[in-house]
Amino acid sequence: MRRFVLGLFCALLIAGPVAAVLPEEQLADPVLEARARAISQELRCVVCQNQSIDDSDAPLAADLRAIVRERLSAGDTDEEVMAHIVARYGNFVLLKPPLDLQTILLWSAPLLVLIPGGLGLALYLRRRSRAGAADPTPLSAEERRALAAILKTGDAP
Amino acid sequence: MSAEIGQLALILAFMLGLIQGAAPLLGAHRGDSVLMSLGRASALLQMAFVVLAFGALATAYVTMDFSVELVARHSHSTQPLPYRFAATWGSHEGSMLLWVLILALHGGAIAFFGRTLRETLQARVLAVQGMLSAAFLGFCLFTSNPFSRLSPIPLDGTELNPLLQDPGLVMHPPLLYLGYVGFSVAFSFAVAALIEGRVDAAWARWVRPWVLSAWISLTVGIALGSWWAYYELGWGGWWFWDPVENASLMPWLMGTALLHSALVLEKRGALISWTILLAILTFSLSMIGTFLVRSGVLTSVHAFAVDPERGAYILVFILIATGSALGLYAWRAPAMRTGALFSPLSREAGITLNNLFLLAATATVFLGTFYPVFIDVLSGDKISVGPPYYALTFAPLFVPLLALVAFGPMLNWKRDTVRAVLTRLRWPIIVTAVAAVIGVVVFGIADVGAALGIALGVWLIAAAFMLLARRWGIGRKGAETGRLIRTTPLAFWAVAVAHAGLGVTTIGVTAITAWTDSEVVTMVPGQTVEFAGRRITLDALGPATGPNYRADQARFRVEGRGQPFLMLSEKRFYPSSQTQTTEAGIRGEAMGNLYISVGESATLGAATVRLWWHPLVGWIWGGALIMALGGVLSLSDRRTRLAMPARKAAQARAAEAAA
Amino acid sequence: MRRLAFIIPVVLFLMVAAALGLGLRRDPSILPSMLIDRPIPTFDLPGLTPEDTVGLASSDFTGKPVLLNVFASWCVACVIEHPMLLRLQAQGVTIHGLDWKDEPAAGAEWLAQRGNPYTLIGSDPRGRTGIDFGVTGAPETFVIDGHGRVRYRHVGPITPEVWTEILQPMMDRLETET
Repeated sequence: MRRFVLGLFCALLIAGPVAAVLPEEQLADPVLEARARAISQELRCVVCQNQSIDDSDAPLAADLRAIVRERLSAGDTDEEVMAHIVARYGNFVLLKPPLDLQTILLWSAPLLVLIPGGLGLALYLRRRSRAGAADPTPLSAEERRALAAILKTGDAP
Repeated sequence: MSAEIGQLALILAFMLGLIQGAAPLLGAHRGDSVLMSLGRASALLQMAFVVLAFGALATAYVTMDFSVELVARHSHSTQPLPYRFAATWGSHEGSMLLWVLILALHGGAIAFFGRTLRETLQARVLAVQGMLSAAFLGFCLFTSNPFSRLSPIPLDGTELNPLLQDPGLVMHPPLLYLGYVGFSVAFSFAVAALIEGRVDAAWARWVRPWVLSAWISLTVGIALGSWWAYYELGWGGWWFWDPVENASLMPWLMGTALLHSALVLEKRGALISWTILLAILTFSLSMIGTFLVRSGVLTSVHAFAVDPERGAYILVFILIATGSALGLYAWRAPAMRTGALFSPLSREAGITLNNLFLLAATATVFLGTFYPVFIDVLSGDKISVGPPYYALTFAPLFVPLLALVAFGPMLNWKRDTVRAVLTRLRWPIIVTAVAAVIGVVVFGIADVGAALGIALGVWLIAAAFMLLARRWGIGRKGAETGRLIRTTPLAFWAVAVAHAGLGVTTIGVTAITAWTDSEVVTMVPGQTVEFAGRRITLDALGPATGPNYRADQARFRVEGRGQPFLMLSEKRFYPSSQTQTTEAGIRGEAMGNLYISVGESATLGAATVRLWWHPLVGWIWGGALIMALGGVLSLSDRRTRLAMPARKAAQARAAEAAA
Repeated sequence: MRRLAFIIPVVLFLMVAAALGLGLRRDPSILPSMLIDRPIPTFDLPGLTPEDTVGLASSDFTGKPVLLNVFASWCVACVIEHPMLLRLQAQGVTIHGLDWKDEPAAGAEWLAQRGNPYTLIGSDPRGRTGIDFGVTGAPETFVIDGHGRVRYRHVGPITPEVWTEILQPMMDRLETET
């Protein structure tokens, strides 16, 4: 039931007027503002779960956007800003999960399929074609004579 | 009364499903024709009963019978008639009934059209289809009964979620389900083939049209869903990598692979066990998608009826269906015929390589979607996998895949040479190189990625044209081009059109990713802003009313770049469900869309206005529709149709009767 | 060897299905707190009314285990939770309140109507202290030990079951620790 209510709550939130970044939130410095937007797009809104804080209309997302801008204005690097948010809400807020022991499988997903798959495919193709390219058994002397006879007469012996 | 009829019909259909799942299997094993024909009869009867049940629910919705709980929860007397009808599948229970309906229709079609199939094969296919039917009907009856009554009867219902009251979304679920469920036919054929222990070209000729029709529906369904999200959710995104979207993308990717490998199987008799595996996986991914939407293992913006108990039912069912199919595969497939030979450079090999990339892409989406669940189970940590992950993994897989697509149809079956292929493709190569150079010059070196993306789209389209040009003998002396155009088979057109559509989508995706422009301003009536080379004036801000909603409406005048025009953007409020929606103003043009959405503002009498310029965004969906058109062309080709041998059989019978 | 390749799909599938089955029992919407077994963030907040000159500061969390309850006047679930908090106060449990993202006057009015279960209250109208705690909504309750470290976080209202099964045993244990 609780999950259902939460789901409904989220549905209502996204259904509302989607405002996200408000004019009054923006920084005057376009370079800083662009960095703020880029960071916000990689941070997940913790209340409405599948949106970035840049897209989300939730009040908490607005607070986090403001914090991102404050930290940037205070001279933090992008990494420091991210770390500031992660220290409070955990890796959950990172839409791009960090590469570590836990996520190694996730990040190597394409290679996990491509490398064994490619090897398998190469083996398969080699087998398929080698069988096809194998020299046919040469004709025996008798067969050769029969063939010549067919070619001459145009009829079966 | 209609609800009780529906309930009874559903119970009868469930029982027929059980018979259909058992009798023909036994019949095929014993060679008993009577038992096998029982499968056909129960499939047809089951179809009739499910149609009746669905009709009963639709009637309850249209006539506003609020004594039915489901109707009371998802319909309201002020709701317009089309949406009252569409609300039939707007709820979890109703959508499961739609799923079952489509499944039953497919079962009926196999029973009806499949009379020319080998009797035992048809019987086994119907049996597998019957088991699937029975399981999903059981799911409806035991966990999600659409026909329960309410007492006391409410005077009016709670409206269908206003977000769903939209023409795009009326058609979205049926198309999606036609796709998901359509793949069940391939699944049943695959399992039947494993039971029989053999696969022949007739098997592939039968499977391919079903896969094709499911793929077409799924393609259009996904495009429609993406388009709906674009204009309805109000922030102009067209794909969010949301779990529910991924749930539809995975069967599509796998289905695309299946479509191509089934072609190899049909034309060349190769890739037998691979095709069977893909058929099992494609439908399994469709079922996992259903599980995902309804179980609550992941949170999604599209949260449906989130209920772990239902999730458990579906999961157990998937475990049995897919588990036994894959188990059967492990047992029987190694003994199957290995099929015809081909060289490493041949159309067969090209398609196999394309399959590998599609498989890797599917695996990437799958892991991205479910990894948070795995980590949660293993360590209790919560992580997120969002768009940046897919940008770094899915995109690099898709670029080589797209580049390879152009080669496939240019390769000869069986064997080919590098030199010959490159000669055939020399014009597309030149055109693409020129496009890439122009792109880099025009857009600058900073946008080199975008220029290459556009060039990739051009490559696909140019290669598709080249395909037709070669067939028509253009540039070849003495070729009767006119006659060659007329005699070009539809299946040939299909390949060119579908691949060109992919190119169009590629260009759209590249453009919107690279060159979207956006601005957010607080505006008062009379104020003008400069945006994307235009002057946009907020003319008026005021209330408006619709049949079942009130709205705050903003009217904009747009000048510059051609004729001035007006745009409306609304924020709607639906009182009976206490929900707000945004209706963005969208001006679609050949070069892109101007997109305006309006939100509340802290300042009285003003509005927060978000402006977007989405270059070539329409090409994304246009390309998808062109791809689907390619599918339709392939399906209408005489050779494909002949593969559904009902017609031929009917003609034969007619000839027999006449003689 | 060749047979082995055909077994791979079913093995992978069974692994995935097992993980999904276990995943069904977990609630994806509950986030673990980052502060478990770590000191609470530093803060010094004013009270809700001008008369309350004490407010709430991080230095108030020393000596014995207490609960920190995040509430707000706009919070619907807090209304449900409130009687439980009053009962706990009557049992002698120390609960401090954090009025999160709320007008102090509105928070004071809300407490005046329903009774005040809190020993100390901090007003956090901009929500920054709450965010330092990793709060995602109200109500949330933190169990803080005598050394000012967060030991547990509960998201959502405290029900009698939550109290008797989780929070009370934990408070008792912390009591003996100090």
